[in-house]
Amino acid sequence: MKEELIVSGRMNPGIDPYLHIWHWQIPLYLFLGGLAAGILFFTALYYILGKEKELPTAVKWANFIAPAALVIGLFALFLDLKHKLFFWQLYTTIRLSSPMSWGAWTLMLITPLAFIWSASYLRELVPKWDWKLKILYDFEALVIKYRKPLAWAIIFLSIILGIYTGILLSAFNARPLWNTSLLGPLFLTSGLSTGAAVIMWMSKDHAERALFSKIDLILITAELFFIIHLFMGFLASTQVQINAAELFLGGEFTVTFWVFVIILGLVFPGILEILELRGYKVPVAVPAILILFGGLMFRFIMVEAGQITRYLY
Amino acid sequence: MRYAMAIDTKKCVGCGDCVVACQTENNVPIGYCRDWVVENVAGTYPQLEVEIRSERCNHCENSPCVRCCPTGASHIVEGGVVLVEHNKCIGCGACIESCPYDARYSHPDGYVDKCTFCLHRVQKGQDPACVSVCPTNCMYFGDLDNPNSDVSKMLATRKYKVLAPEAGTNPQIYYLT
Amino acid sequence: MKTRRDFIKISAVGTGAVTLGLSTVKLAKASEPGSIFGKKAKNQVAYERFPTYCEVCFWKCAGWTYKDEDGKILKIVGNEEDPHCNGRLCPRGTGGIGMYYDEDRLKKPLIRVGEPGNQSFREASWDEALDLVAKNLNKIKKEHGPECVALFSHGTGGKMLSHLIKAFGSPNITAPSFAQCRGPREVAFAATFGEEVLSPERTDIRDTKCLVLIGSHIGENMHNGQIQEMSEAIDNGATIITVDPRFSTAASHSKFWLPIKPATDIALLMAWIHVIINEELYDKEYIDKYAYGLDQLKTHVKNMTPEWAFGITTIEPDTIRETAREMAAASPAVIVHPGRHVTWYGDDTQRSRAIAILNALLGSWGRRGGFFNPEAVHLPKYPSPAYPKPQKSWKDAFPGQYNLVHEVLTTGICDATIPNPDLGCHLKSWIVYGTNLLASLPDQKKTLEAIENLEFMVVIDTMPMDITGYADVILPECTYLERYDGIRSSPHREPNIALRMPAAEPKYDSRPNYWIAKELGKRLGLEEYFKWNTFEEKLDWQLKKVGSSLEEMKILGVKKMPREYNDLYSLNGEDYEFNTNTGKIELYSTELANEGFDPLPKYTPHPEPPQGFYRLNYGRAPMHTFSRTANNANLTALKKENSVWVNPRVAKLWDLKNGQYVWLKNQDGVVSSFPIKVRVTERIRWDSVYMVHGFGHKEKRLSRAYGKGASDSELVTHVMTDPIMGGTGMRGNFVTFILNDPKKEVAS
Repeated sequence: MKEELIVSGRMNPGIDPYLHIWHWQIPLYLFLGGLAAGILFFTALYYILGKEKELPTAVKWANFIAPAALVIGLFALFLDLKHKLFFWQLYTTIRLSSPMSWGAWTLMLITPLAFIWSASYLRELVPKWDWKLKILYDFEALVIKYRKPLAWAIIFLSIILGIYTGILLSAFNARPLWNTSLLGPLFLTSGLSTGAAVIMWMSKDHAERALFSKIDLILITAELFFIIHLFMGFLASTQVQINAAELFLGGEFTVTFWVFVIILGLVFPGILEILELRGYKVPVAVPAILILFGGLMFRFIMVEAGQITRYLY
Repeated sequence: MRYAMAIDTKKCVGCGDCVVACQTENNVPIGYCRDWVVENVAGTYPQLEVEIRSERCNHCENSPCVRCCPTGASHIVEGGVVLVEHNKCIGCGACIESCPYDARYSHPDGYVDKCTFCLHRVQKGQDPACVSVCPTNCMYFGDLDNPNSDVSKMLATRKYKVLAPEAGTNPQIYYLT
Repeated sequence: MKTRRDFIKISAVGTGAVTLGLSTVKLAKASEPGSIFGKKAKNQVAYERFPTYCEVCFWKCAGWTYKDEDGKILKIVGNEEDPHCNGRLCPRGTGGIGMYYDEDRLKKPLIRVGEPGNQSFREASWDEALDLVAKNLNKIKKEHGPECVALFSHGTGGKMLSHLIKAFGSPNITAPSFAQCRGPREVAFAATFGEEVLSPERTDIRDTKCLVLIGSHIGENMHNGQIQEMSEAIDNGATIITVDPRFSTAASHSKFWLPIKPATDIALLMAWIHVIINEELYDKEYIDKYAYGLDQLKTHVKNMTPEWAFGITTIEPDTIRETAREMAAASPAVIVHPGRHVTWYGDDTQRSRAIAILNALLGSWGRRGGFFNPEAVHLPKYPSPAYPKPQKSWKDAFPGQYNLVHEVLTTGICDATIPNPDLGCHLKSWIVYGTNLLASLPDQKKTLEAIENLEFMVVIDTMPMDITGYADVILPECTYLERYDGIRSSPHREPNIALRMPAAEPKYDSRPNYWIAKELGKRLGLEEYFKWNTFEEKLDWQLKKVGSSLEEMKILGVKKMPREYNDLYSLNGEDYEFNTNTGKIELYSTELANEGFDPLPKYTPHPEPPQGFYRLNYGRAPMHTFSRTANNANLTALKKENSVWVNPRVAKLWDLKNGQYVWLKNQDGVVSSFPIKVRVTERIRWDSVYMVHGFGHKEKRLSRAYGKGASDSELVTHVMTDPIMGGTGMRGNFVTFILNDPKKEVAS
């Protein structure tokens, strides 16, 4: 029998008996960041591709969700900080080795751009809107004139943001579950998928919905592919990563992960989308909500489970 | 200069004095600790082995906490000692997540706190509180660059190990086995 | 028969004069107390420091209490000059500040309203409380005689109360440290070598080559100086042999661990003696010169072979031989440790005798690396009249018994309190100082029966404890950090004294013991026994008699004095007369023979656990002192409850999981008041369980300790009394597990 115990009764809150320093704020923040990145990516992409007319939801309307998601996400991050009055220290330095640092900077840049982009479409959405000040009208005109470079900036930043939500975790080599480079592309794909789901849900146009349905299907397939690779990688790795994988393969996260993330969050909405594309009547909200729910659950589970995994010594 | 600690598992009895001394020396709030004692039991009665270790921040040469810190609050000073500057720390928890030794904790005042190698004592030529109090005298502290320091002498003559070397952190607490 | 010890007593006055001349005052060396000690640097506080010696356990390490510039006590650090601790306090000493800051402390004198055991008290002024105590004591003195008052005391502060009670006229002053702890070894060593082991123990572990521990878990018992020396011995490559049914921490650091079947130690010891005699490994010169009774011993152990012992102890004969040879190879630098808490099975004096005999054969008594000859500074008593001669004593309750006992038995006091027409039982009042009798004495039922028969009981303590609930008056003492106490002068390699002075004003309405003693003295008409105006005046008078002063001690904290005799290791061929009947080391004890006891130790089997029961073994945790520290915030942070160690085989049988809470029931049907956490571990045998002593407090005012863990004391209801010295053997109790809350079971 092997026994390991801390005999001096260490009970540091949030650390013992197992690490739990990050609560709901971080997974919510990662989810909303990924969601915003997804929406902004498609917005910018289809603007650059000149599909403003064909895909109005993607280019004009869905992106109103993005700044809201970013603000709520940032607020969640702020709630996670335990030394809140010093949050401004984030913006006194750029630390390239710290994903938290360049994530904070990316958000600092992309959030105002998301606001500006949405604002430039506000009068199309609400025709009676009055900016009141002339300078704002001038600024609006300027933005509309430079939408193209703005879109390039947004597409670039949204990819960074999407990857960042995964890299933030994978940079912690102390947590074997997170310590895989697959987490970046996986979280990016998942973010794009949730973004596509929102556009699909909001869209009134059949063609646009069909397009995003197809995009989503591709993303779901990619996600499943990454997840299979993730586990293959873990199982072929060191004991600590095998232990991490076992949390999902018989361990305490097995049911929540396979039921909520894989079946309800990926496979089932995927099937519904195929059925819809084949002409069956499926309320569009159902797959969209399932995908969003699956994405949120995925982040909660990854953050929760990752904190339990640790080195053995 | 490279400060390090060697801890003799052949002598440690796991009394926890290092923990209490750290608490009173550094005003660590009750219910929190910067160092702790681990007991490992292996074997079947009566073929048994027990290893007792006093653990704390490893002041890693390749410290993930310093790497992950978004503000530079976690930093390395003279002798490779890893410190947290309280007024720069935002309490994001990244360093806590990044530490394979779970050596950091979130202080009730908000900032992240951990072992400082009692640098305030070391600068005065004293040993860290845990080392100076240990009734079994099982801890040795000093400069690895100085071959005559207590810690260099122990590492030169004894077998030792570090914790989780595969984490790649190059930890600076050595356990004499 | 005059021995060196007697000589010192006679020449006490002269001693003072001699040391006065020899001591040099090192005023320049240390900073003055009360002065700024550290320069104020960045993020640094300026310190003041005050000398003290620790009161968390009996080792009494000297140290310094540090305060910051706001007068807040920050930490306690060992005094480097102190031979008890060498500048290193143990966790309890370091955590002693928790005692001072404990918000659950007794704050004001309390007077009972209502029935005993029902904790209903009202606050009172010191005058009212002391008047009430004096009134009751005087009444008992008048009606039954002063001898009807007993004092239970544990700790330094008991000395002043002891002075008071002696002046009052009672000889009944007792401490659990004898009959519940080290009594058997003192009686056994006195019977063998004419001298006791003393405290701190005279074991020369520092220089030993082989240390044998029998049930002595150094490292888990935090006897500071011994642990430090054991570490030093490990560094020096000494062999450690540990005999313990449990894989103790010491066992894990040992070259040999002998996992003995519980209660069979004497068989192992006798087999070792057999091997050492049979293989002629003993120190012949030493034995020839100093010892008496080798021939009787030879005959006695003739058949006690390792093979015989194997059948009893389950230790392989080869291991017994190998370890015996290992000891002999290290002789005389070998210590078969006498242990400290040795009241196990009721034949403990005989077991300690076997240990003493083994040490004698190995020639370790009085030799380097064995047992040194300690010397203490003799502090003269502050002048006061002679004590009145008591007419009666507790021993009247035990006619013809305990003639070899020179201390008072706690359990004897209990017996002498319970009325019995056949015996001269007569105790009417107890004063309990600093000892939680319900946890420190076995057989709680008997203790409570005795308490019920008291007319009046006073408890003096810093903390509310189970025992305080039974008091008629509770007097709150201030902690050791807030008071002066008598000078510590304990026997050691170098004679030394240490000062305790207050680092802070007493918190709340608590007072030091000397103040309580003097104030009670006044009210009992014993003023002339307390002629000093301030305690400083008394200390200074005493210190000046031995060549120091209060002023000097405030600066030094500890002062070492030169030895008067150069006899630290005195038995290297020099002539020596031992304080025994034969003047020799008595392998064969004439004293025991005269009293009608076995002159040579014999193994007798003890009861074994019945089916489904496990022997209850108990011990210490390094971060706690008995039940005293269970509420200390700094120490509960390290260990807030005890657990019951269970072998995985037993756990499987009972389907016990690690961390699960169970209740324990003993052979007499007594169930633990609180549940205890299971620790499934290979470190314990399958026929016993183990738990740390001192938990399971029932006193609700202990906010951190109440209901945490279980109390072993309450499960020790079967006591095997040592016929030689009245020690209470406590290791003959067996427990079983109760998986569901017994209170609910009864209710449903």
